[in-house]
This record gives sequence, structure tokens and C-alpha cells, in this order.
Amino acid sequence: MTGADFFRLLREAGFDFFTGVPCSLVKSLIATLEERGGYIPETREDAAVGLAAGACMAGKQPVVIMQNSGLGVCLNALASLSLIYHLPCLLLITWRGYQGKDAPEHLIMGDISPILLETLRVPHRVLSAETVQDSVHWAAETLKQSSQPVALLLPPGVMQ
Amino acid sequence: MTLAEALTVIVPLLRDELVVHANGFISRESFNCNDRPGNFYMIGSMGLASSIALGVALNRPERRVIVFDGDGNVLMNLGSVALIGALQPANLVHVVFDNEVYGSTGNQRTISGQVALEEIARSSGYKCVQRVDTAATLRSAAQEFLTCPGPAFLLIKIEPDREERKIGRITHEPPQIAARFKAAIRTE
Repeated sequence: MTGADFFRLLREAGFDFFTGVPCSLVKSLIATLEERGGYIPETREDAAVGLAAGACMAGKQPVVIMQNSGLGVCLNALASLSLIYHLPCLLLITWRGYQGKDAPEHLIMGDISPILLETLRVPHRVLSAETVQDSVHWAAETLKQSSQPVALLLPPGVMQ
Repeated sequence: MTLAEALTVIVPLLRDELVVHANGFISRESFNCNDRPGNFYMIGSMGLASSIALGVALNRPERRVIVFDGDGNVLMNLGSVALIGALQPANLVHVVFDNEVYGSTGNQRTISGQVALEEIARSSGYKCVQRVDTAATLRSAAQEFLTCPGPAFLLIKIEPDREERKIGRITHEPPQIAARFKAAIRTE
């Protein structure tokens, strides 16, 4: 799957506002978004969640892109803004430290990323090349039905 | 000038502007001054009021969007000031009530007495920047900022409340605040 393929799936599922903080695992997706002039480069992941909350209230269906290190940064924004006000967004979270293989700074967060999402009660799925289309549709449906954020975890090697 | 006095000057000037409020006394004081559907009260997520307002402003360029922010909030999310300067939303007005303390937690000092927040906004690229120190000059400044090209940054120096204010909390539930604000955004 390329970034352009993934972008097409997101658009088909109704996502129309894109912000975040980059990770090398989504380099091609952000390049596609930048080509189309539709990406806001935020300075922090919690600010991106705030930006998405505003976009949501203005009628958009936002996507927030981040590395899982940024999940730690935005825990309070999710807990005390998105979740309590029912302001949904799709969190596309790259999974550094996946299966314990990565640089030391990624290992603890890599180990606990799904647990953090479960603790926050944010529904999530792990992306794979075979199931990406289903997962994006699931995310869009779950987000609309619950009016709450949902997350897709992206392990290394899935997006080219 | 106190926060309540400053709001008493600004709030009657508002018409159909959308106003995103920082958490703490800024939300609570404005809620008690004049609760309007176009007010979004951010009760948690300190620092993010300007991010939320930017998200609205970028997607509704025909609407004037105002942030009622505080010095502690701005300092917590200076990246947002930089992003607003970079993106240049012409419909965004950033009003900062600067009392140089964290007022809602007992007046512990911030560093806005040493660092001029309006200069950070100016160097970030805000188009109109002004600092107001007295109630006498606030009305004309506020009137100008409701129509000047944005992004605009109005810093209002206020005094911290000396005694703890017995001021009510927001009585609406968060989903109700968001739903009401969404409806106000849709209203032309």
C-alpha cells in the first residue's frame, strides 16, 4: 500500500481534514497530503487533537497523524477534550517499538501503545496490507456511530 | 482592571462571533457574564483553546473566530501561536487576558511578567498586535480588533483577583456545549 492508496481510502470514507506530526512510517502519506495542499503541520500531537476538535465542530471529519510517542503527548487532550465533548477524529498512529524491535526510546511506548488506547477506551485496530480497506471503513463507521475518536495503529512495513 | 471588568467591556460588543474560551476563570467568568450559544467553554485540555479556534477558523473562513485565552494557556502551547502566524487565518482574533498568574489554582506566578507574549505573536506574523493596560483604552481597542484583518493578537493586562472569587462553574454538560457551538457555527 502506498500513501496515495491510503489517502484515497480515507477520502472515500469521508475524511476531509488532515493534521498531525510526522513519522517516517507515513512519509508517503504526508507527501501525498502536502501535494494536494490539504495538510496542516502541527507542532505537537495534543495541539493536533485540539485543531481536529475545532475542525470537527466546523463540520469536518478529521484525521490526526502521529507516531506512538505522540500518543503519550496527547493523552490529556483525548481524555479532557475529544472524549468528554464527543468530538471524534481518526488517530492514525504509527507503531514504533513494534514487537520489541526498535531503538531504545521506542521500546516502552511500543509495548504499551495498545494498552494505552484500551485504557482510554478508544477503539482501535492494527493495520495490515490485507485488511487496510476494511479497517478504514470500520474506523469511519465506528467514529460516526460513537461520536468518539478511533485509532488505527500502523506497524512498520505496511505502508510504502 | 480585573477579568470581570474587561469582559464587561468586550462581551457587549460581540454580535455573531464564535468565541472559544480557555479553561478556568476565563470560561467561568464569561459564562456568568453572558452565556451565548456561540461560546465554546473548554473546561479541560489546558493550552488548546487557540488550537480549537484555529480548527474552526480554517474551515469557516467567513466567520469571525475569537479566542479568549490566558497567559498560562498561551505559554503552554506557544507552538499554536507560531502555527497561527504561519497559516495567517484572516478571521482569527486571539485575545489574551494576562494576569501573570495561574488564577484558577491560587495565583501561582507564570513567566508572562518577564516575557512579552505580544512580541512572540508579532514575531510569529500576527497582522495586528496590541497591548492594552487600562480599562479606558480597552473599548476602542476591542472595537478595532473585532474588524481588523487577522490573525490579530490583543493582550489585555489584568490584575489577579486578590481573594478567591466565588464564581459558578459551567452548568452545561460538555456534549451540550459542543452541540450548541456546532449549531452556532452552522447559523449564518
